[in-house]
Amino acid sequence: MRREGSAFQGLGTVILKELSDHLSSARMRVLEWLVVLIAFASLYGTIDRIRDTTAEDPFLLLKLFTVERPPLPSFVGILGFLIPLVAIGLGFDAVNGEHNRRTLSRILAQPIYRDALLMGKFLAGLATLAIMLLCMWLLVIGAGIWFLGIPPGTEEVLRSLVFLGVALAYCGVWLALAMLLSIVFRSAATAALVALGLWLFATLIWPMLAPAIAQIIAPPDVRYQLLGLPSPATVEWQTALARLSPNQLFGECVLAILSPTTRALGPIYLEQLQGAVTGTGLPLSQSLLIAWPQMVGLVAGSIVLFVAGYIVFQRQEVRA
Amino acid sequence: MSEPVIAARGLTKRYRNAVVVDAINFEVAKGEIFGLLGPNGAGKTTTILMMLGLTEVSAGEVRVLGEDPVRAPLQVKRRVGYLPDSVGFYDQMTAVENLSYTAKLMGIGSDERQARIERALTRVRLNEVGNKRVATYSRGMRQRLGLAEILMKHAEIAILDEPTSGLDPQSTHEFLEMIEELKREGMTVLLSSHLLDQVQRICDRVALFNAGRIALLGSVSELAQQVLGGGYLVDLDVEMPPGADVERRLRDIAGITSVQRFGQFRYRIAATRDVRPEVARAVVGAGGSLTKLSVEEASLDAIYTRYFQRQAGATGGSRDAA
Repeated sequence: MRREGSAFQGLGTVILKELSDHLSSARMRVLEWLVVLIAFASLYGTIDRIRDTTAEDPFLLLKLFTVERPPLPSFVGILGFLIPLVAIGLGFDAVNGEHNRRTLSRILAQPIYRDALLMGKFLAGLATLAIMLLCMWLLVIGAGIWFLGIPPGTEEVLRSLVFLGVALAYCGVWLALAMLLSIVFRSAATAALVALGLWLFATLIWPMLAPAIAQIIAPPDVRYQLLGLPSPATVEWQTALARLSPNQLFGECVLAILSPTTRALGPIYLEQLQGAVTGTGLPLSQSLLIAWPQMVGLVAGSIVLFVAGYIVFQRQEVRA
Repeated sequence: MSEPVIAARGLTKRYRNAVVVDAINFEVAKGEIFGLLGPNGAGKTTTILMMLGLTEVSAGEVRVLGEDPVRAPLQVKRRVGYLPDSVGFYDQMTAVENLSYTAKLMGIGSDERQARIERALTRVRLNEVGNKRVATYSRGMRQRLGLAEILMKHAEIAILDEPTSGLDPQSTHEFLEMIEELKREGMTVLLSSHLLDQVQRICDRVALFNAGRIALLGSVSELAQQVLGGGYLVDLDVEMPPGADVERRLRDIAGITSVQRFGQFRYRIAATRDVRPEVARAVVGAGGSLTKLSVEEASLDAIYTRYFQRQAGATGGSRDAA
C-alpha cells in the first residue's frame, strides 16, 4: 500500500529546530568544553614532543593528530574515546524525550510522517557533531601552523579531511545506537545507561575479551608456540572479533589514513614485505584502499542501527 | 444530515488478542460538537488516533473529510487539528516559538506565519504571555495554547482528547466557551471526555463507549429517553391520608413514563416533559400535601450511571436486579 506525499516533508524544519536545540543546550556546551580542553592538553604534549624529536618527517602535520606523550593519549586516541560520549549525549533522549514531554503526538498530528522526525533528529545530531569536529580540525591545523610553523601540504590536508569523514561515520554509529536505545526504552535514564554501558564494553572490555574468545575458537598451534610465534588462525580470529567494535574500526582507519607508512591492518606476512621499500609512505589512494573495508564497516554500521531504530519507531504506539 | 465529515464503519483495533475498539460505527456531521464518552480505557483515544492515521486500523474503515487516514494521512492531518490528552510543549521555548515550529511543519509560509500566530494567541487570550517560556505556563494555559495551534492551522475539524481534565472550574468554563465559539464559526468539534456534565453542556450528540463498543449514540435527550425512559426526573415527597392511591393518579398523567416508589411517601417520576403542575394537582386532588417537588433535566451523569448499573446487573445475574 503506497502512502501519499513525501516522507521528507518537514524534514528541513525538524533539522533546523533540533540543530538549534543542540547548539544552544547546556548539555552540548559542557560536552564541547570537555572535548576541547582534553584535546588542547593532548595537543600541547604532542607539540612539545614533535619539537624534541622529529624535525624532518614529511607528514609533520599529521603527527599532530597521532603522536602521544604519556600519560596523555594522542589527539586521535582521545577523539576515539570521547566521540561516542558526545554522540550518546546528543541521542539518548531523542525520541523518549518527546514521549515524556508529551510533544510526540502533537508533532505527529502535523502533516509530516514519522520518517521526517526521526531522520531530522539523526541528521541534526550528525550536523552538530560535524560542526564540532570541523572546529577541532581547524584548531589542530591552526595550532600546528602557529606553534610549529609548518605550512600544511596538499596530501596532509586531504588525509586529514578523510580522517574527518571517518570520524563523522564513527559519530554516526554511536548516534544511531543512542537513538535506537532512545526509541526502545521509554525512560531516558535507562537509554543513557545502556548506551554508556555499551560504550564501555566496546572500548574497554571487548578488546580484552576478543583475544580470549579467539583462543577458545582457534586454540594456538603447538608448532608456532614452540617457535614463540602466534598462530595465524588465532590471530585472524582475534582481529576479526576485535573489529566488531566500532572503536577498533575507527582506530584502524585512523592508523591507515594518518600514518602513511602503514602497509596493512592486522597481521603482515613476510611475503607481503617482499620488494617493499620500508619506511616510506604510501600514496593516499593506497592508504584509502587499506582502510576501505573499515570505513565501509563504519558507515554500514550506522545505517543498520538507524534502520533498526526506524523500524521500531514506525511500529511504536504514539500514545503515552 | 448533510454529508458527514467523519464516518466510521466497522472500525476495529486489536492489540495481539485484546480488542480495544470493536467494530464501531458513527458519523459526525459538519458543524456539530460530537462527544466521545466513556470510562478510561474504553477505546476513545484509540479511536481518535485511528482517525488521524497515528495508529493502524485492524479492520473496518474510517473516512475523515472524505479521505482515508490510512492511505492519505498527510491530507487528513493538514485539515484536522488535534489536541492530545495532557498536551506537551517544548518547555525551553516560548509559546510563539512553539507555534512557529508547528506552523513550519504545517507548511504555513513565513509571510503569513506571524499574523496567524498573533491572531490565534489573541483568541485564546495568551497574546500577552506569548513571549514567555512555556515552562512558566499553568496547565490551563498549555491547554489553551494547544487550542491556539488548532486555530492557527485553520482546521476544519478539531479533535480534542480530554481537553478539560485536570483544569480548575474557572479554566474549564473558559475553555468550553472557546469550544462553543469554534462551533459558531462552523468548525466541527469532536471531543472525548469522562467529565459528563461539561460534555452535556456543549455537545450536540454523544457516543457512549463501553469496553470498545459504542453502547449508546444520540443527543442527550434521546439517550435519556432510551436509558431513563424520559428526559425529566421529578422527585416528589408527599404526605398522604391513609387509603389514598396517588400512584394510580400519577400514572394517568400524559408524558410520565415511569413512577418509582421509595419508602412510604417518596416517588421518583420519569417523564418526557416537565410534569410538575399536573403532579401537584394530582397529589392535592387525592387529598395529600406536597412536601417536596423538584425536577431535574436528565443528566448524562444519570444516564451514564444507570447504563452501567444496568450492564453490571445484566452480567451479574438476577440477584443484582433489585
